[in-house]
Amino acid sequence: MEAHALTGPSAWLAIDWMLAAIVSWLAIGTVGVVRPHNFYVVARVLFPLGAVVGVLLAAAALVALHSGPETAVLPIGLPGLPFHLRLDALSAFFLLLLGATSTGISAFAAGYFRKGEGTPPGLLCLLYHLFLASMAMVILADDAYAFMVMWELMALSSFFLVTANHVIPEIRRAGYLYLLIAHIGALAILLCFGVLQANTGDYTFANMRLQQLSPFWASVAFLLAFAGFGAKAGIVPLHIWLPEAHPAAPSPVSALMSGVMLKTAIYGLLRVSFDILPTPLWWWGVLALAVGLATALFGVVFAAIQTDMKRLLAYSSIENIGLLIVGIGLALLFTAYGMAPMAALALTAVLYHALNHAFFKSLLFLGTGAVLHATGERNLGKLGGLLRFMPWVGWLALVGALAAAGLPPLNGFVSEWLLLQSFLFTLGLKSTFVNNLVPVVAAGVALVAALGGYVMVKFFGVIFLGQPREPRLASSHDAATRERIGLVWLAAGCVLLGLFPVQVIALLDPVTRALVADGIGPQVLSNGWLFLAPVAPERASYSPLLFLLLLTACFALAFVLVRKLYHGRLRRAAPWDCGFPLLNARMQDTAEGFGQPIRQVFEPFFRIERHLPTPFDVAPSYRLVASDHFWHWMYLPIARISEATSRIVGLLQQGRISTYLMYSFVTLLVMLVLVFR
Amino acid sequence: MSFYSATAQLLAILLAVLGAPLLTGWVNQCRAWLQNKSAPPLLLPYRTLHKLFWKESVIAENASPLFRFAPYVVFGAMVLACSIVPTVSTDLPLASAADAIALVGVFALARAFIALAAMDIGTAFGTLGARREMLIGFLAEPALLMVLFTAAFLTQSTSLANIVETIGTQEFAIYPSLAFAGVAFSMVALAENSRVPIDNPATHLELTMIHEAMILEYSGRHLALLEWAASLKLFAYSCIGLAIFFPWGIAYVHEPVGMLLAVPVLVGKLAIGGAALALIETLSAKMRIFRVPEFLAGAFLLAVIGILVHFLLGA
Repeated sequence: MEAHALTGPSAWLAIDWMLAAIVSWLAIGTVGVVRPHNFYVVARVLFPLGAVVGVLLAAAALVALHSGPETAVLPIGLPGLPFHLRLDALSAFFLLLLGATSTGISAFAAGYFRKGEGTPPGLLCLLYHLFLASMAMVILADDAYAFMVMWELMALSSFFLVTANHVIPEIRRAGYLYLLIAHIGALAILLCFGVLQANTGDYTFANMRLQQLSPFWASVAFLLAFAGFGAKAGIVPLHIWLPEAHPAAPSPVSALMSGVMLKTAIYGLLRVSFDILPTPLWWWGVLALAVGLATALFGVVFAAIQTDMKRLLAYSSIENIGLLIVGIGLALLFTAYGMAPMAALALTAVLYHALNHAFFKSLLFLGTGAVLHATGERNLGKLGGLLRFMPWVGWLALVGALAAAGLPPLNGFVSEWLLLQSFLFTLGLKSTFVNNLVPVVAAGVALVAALGGYVMVKFFGVIFLGQPREPRLASSHDAATRERIGLVWLAAGCVLLGLFPVQVIALLDPVTRALVADGIGPQVLSNGWLFLAPVAPERASYSPLLFLLLLTACFALAFVLVRKLYHGRLRRAAPWDCGFPLLNARMQDTAEGFGQPIRQVFEPFFRIERHLPTPFDVAPSYRLVASDHFWHWMYLPIARISEATSRIVGLLQQGRISTYLMYSFVTLLVMLVLVFR
Repeated sequence: MSFYSATAQLLAILLAVLGAPLLTGWVNQCRAWLQNKSAPPLLLPYRTLHKLFWKESVIAENASPLFRFAPYVVFGAMVLACSIVPTVSTDLPLASAADAIALVGVFALARAFIALAAMDIGTAFGTLGARREMLIGFLAEPALLMVLFTAAFLTQSTSLANIVETIGTQEFAIYPSLAFAGVAFSMVALAENSRVPIDNPATHLELTMIHEAMILEYSGRHLALLEWAASLKLFAYSCIGLAIFFPWGIAYVHEPVGMLLAVPVLVGKLAIGGAALALIETLSAKMRIFRVPEFLAGAFLLAVIGILVHFLLGA
């Protein structure tokens, strides 16, 4: 291990480049806030610069993935409590994710933020870059102190970004909810670190790794970490802030939150449960499997019935987080039973999916941002047919939607494939109970993946296909150049991550080696660059490039042959629709209609309030609200109890100084009695 | 890639692409016989394809490019599916490009494209068909995956060629897990190929159709490609079923002669399978659309039970 802290530029290590990138982000933010209303500088200079810094960070992370761990000590913070930083393979991977994704998002943001929308652009620029820098620092932190400070900074900067358009009451409410859950989570994480340091008073992660916790305390620490990081990631039942806050934020911020910030929670969970804690117990894995599957299923079912495009994507993020947690659970199980190669496979799937989700979800959120700017509409029921008016956004969003639906040969499929492959190895598990549980979870994952396809067909079909549901949509404009650059960057990521899985897995190898002391990289590389065979080629193999080539060849051959043997004549006419002449845009399925089968099949998932018109209504109206059971079963009772308690406590507050003096006097008396008894 | 395996691959693809309409024709003929109707000629699907290819393609004024290229994607996906399913030989070089899970992915890709194309024009029937197709898909897809998982757990491989070789070369035994999987697979195959209890390929009665509602706006060569793709899908599904549950007769890697024998065996098996399909279609009545999720959930659960049985009994 090399110790290092900002010496001369001749000996710069990757960690120094990281710090340079973080400092540049902070500098960019500071420049922005100097002239908060200078829109031109912010959009033309600062955000593009931020994107370049993102590339720098990603490049440094790529180098750091294969070099050994590097540490640094920053003399900031309290006296005697400096920030310890450490760059190992795990943090390098998540920094790569952050850098690569933020490049596309920053490029898009350069064209996105407009004058006169809530917070001034300069201030947004500061908060945005502060958010990026704090996420990078969270990933670099090597002691609980630095971690918590940066974690809070991340929560606060994103809170202010969520409430950028704070004139709208719903957005303020969403921001409040977000802050509340974020702090409950932060408390749990803080307690977890308290348990992990085992009364030594030394809060560095290096010390925590040395502590030999008893199984009980290790489990307590794991549960606290699971709850704390889970609150940030949005696991059920701590997910309620996510569908409120993500849609409320401006689209680039939604993209950052869904694509990157949720991954910092996954990073934290991996860091604590695989790096800091000793060998996991088997039931941690079972817990993660169960909660993960519940989260994934819950997320995807709710996504299918949404009518707001950004809420739909937020619920789909919950689904993907659930899949990640399932993968982590599987890796925990395998590690607990000492099956390191399998754990490496499951972890590879988790990391790969985290990277994929960062790319496709950011792409989709940015796509909704472009749609929102072009139409001013978030409601799916008022969109439609936009592929014709916004071809760039439309076709790039199609790439994102197909990737999110987990369809080959794009990236979403590769990680789902890896996850399913790791389920197929459970035969060797020693416990019969777990052995029977795991295939059931695999079935659940398959169901979630298929429902993900439903959601994405709905998302893309309702927004971009069909006829425009409102006449004014016909004047929607396509994304501008800087927005296009951001979208193309992310879409290219989706395609490349999908087509070259072998190379990506070779990059992930050092990470899994650091976490579970095994990796599937050499095995995968030994089968050549074309075929992905995580275990053995006769067991399972997949080659996305060949897949795409075959598909293209069939496509081209059919295309050419039909024209050679027959003809290529084409005539355009009015739609046929079984001869119905009075077709209009209102006759298409709305988002509600498209989600109706899911609402019917999964009815127990929803709390449905339905208002049906009677035949005698003068102005008949139909209203349906499908809400979350957790609100009514969990959050509202808790809110009622805490309100009642505070009302009782409030009786003490009389607002008169004599009463308060009286309280002090009585307290003193009681103390005296207790002491001299 | 040896000459033999290249030949085997080419033969498999040609057999599928050229033979698939014949299977559709055979099923239609059997069904007509069973229903006391005078049967259409066996080669009618070929004539229909020829006729459609000759006709001019008429598409809606507001159709996007997606609508035009979706039939090619669907057709390509189905050819790809047929080229990785062992039909006459397990020595398929292309099979290593996509295993059983990727095969499910191919079907999902085709489904997504055809559903998106159906939504493209913005007609009431198109979106209705797309919604129903996705409804069937989200239950049928995991059920199919679980059926393939059962076979994968049995043989420790997700490569279809290896599954066929392992099951085919083992001493003959009836696996209880495969029995469950077999029932589940037949249910999924009926749903996925828009067959009678779920959908009716012969109907144009608006309120009951699913697949036909999606392709209502297509004509000419696009429709021909989609019809051909539907035949290919039926062929692929039949061959998946035959490969997992009746793998005998398929040539293995080092059997050039076996391949010649495998073709008549395959034709025989498909003839019996097609007749069985016609029988099922004749004996059952079409379900209401909201019975379909129950039917498919049943298939899904059966497939999961199949896996659990495998874990509990080890067979």
